[in-house]
Amino acid sequence: MFTKKVKTRLIILFFLLTISILIIYFFFRSLEDNVVYFFSPTEIFNKTNIEFNKKVRIGGLVKVNSIIKNDKSTIFVITDFKNEIIVNYEGLVPNLFAEEKGVIAEGKLKDKKYLFADKILAKHDENYMPPEVIKALNKSQN
Amino acid sequence: MLKNLFPNKILSINSEFINNLLIGMLLIVIVGLVYGLFLSPADYIQGDSVRIMYIHVPASFIALGLFGIIGLVSILNLIFSLKIVPFVGKSLAPIGCVFSLISIVTGSLWGKPTWGTLWVWDARLTSMFILFLFYITYIFTWKMLSNNRKANLITSVIGILGLFNIIIVKYSVVWWNTLHQPSSITLTSAPKIHHSMLVPLIIMLVGLSLYCVIIFLMKYKIELIKLKLKKKSNYD
Repeated sequence: MFTKKVKTRLIILFFLLTISILIIYFFFRSLEDNVVYFFSPTEIFNKTNIEFNKKVRIGGLVKVNSIIKNDKSTIFVITDFKNEIIVNYEGLVPNLFAEEKGVIAEGKLKDKKYLFADKILAKHDENYMPPEVIKALNKSQN
Repeated sequence: MLKNLFPNKILSINSEFINNLLIGMLLIVIVGLVYGLFLSPADYIQGDSVRIMYIHVPASFIALGLFGIIGLVSILNLIFSLKIVPFVGKSLAPIGCVFSLISIVTGSLWGKPTWGTLWVWDARLTSMFILFLFYITYIFTWKMLSNNRKANLITSVIGILGLFNIIIVKYSVVWWNTLHQPSSITLTSAPKIHHSMLVPLIIMLVGLSLYCVIIFLMKYKIELIKLKLKKKSNYD
């Protein structure tokens, strides 16, 4: 069906593509820690080589009833339902910061359970719904 | 499908046909914008800032899709070296470049009220930025190299390399922890967008895709005319 020239080109291209896929795969695997934008509390819990004087980002959900606000700082708990980290943050929180919603906190760890954050980002999920629908949904669940 | 891209078919397209497409596109985009910006509901968490989605998502989709086509065209080009194929990629690149920029800018504007930041270097945002750089490199390689054969070869390689980046953009939110949320619309499961928001999104996607088709036809026609003139001057 194909001419000889086309066949050789096909084979060469196929090999080059396979090799590049492998290279890219191993490249990103070795860089895993730098490619991920944040760690979950469980990943921090399991990590053995934490540098405490370096900034980290920790992401998860804000635990229910965990937000304590006083005039200086906001203290809350980030959870992934297996492990938790307490976050102490001074400053304004983003609009979408709320209980049971996604959050990413950047700062320095005091220990594996306590983070002094200097930046808070809200992470929202991929669900989009009008308010009436979510109200109706909540009603039918209760 | 490919037959429709042959020179005689493309060169016979007249401006009336283009104008009709243009009117159709404008109507669809206006309907989509009115629906998206005024008639569709606000989101239960994000409020009105969700309306940026009606530009951001179609733009990102088109930017990815067009480079996907460029990548496939590049593979075809390297294997079969068909004469007209490189011009398809060359004509698509500027359109995709503009849409990738729109995607990045609108995404940034959307990030400020929702995430609380204009830009972070997470995997999705970074790979999207790299896609934009791929477009720029691709376009400039065509512009800088006057030798068509050489330009053709190098741009094809860029196109294929960019194809890997497309896959990384697409799956970055699945493979790594990112600030950007995962896809709401996937092939395997029901869309996670309520239909009152999904409909304007799809209308906008259709309208902007039609816009791409129009610009592509115009650019591609010009490329073919240039090719013809070159041939003629070679014979003279």
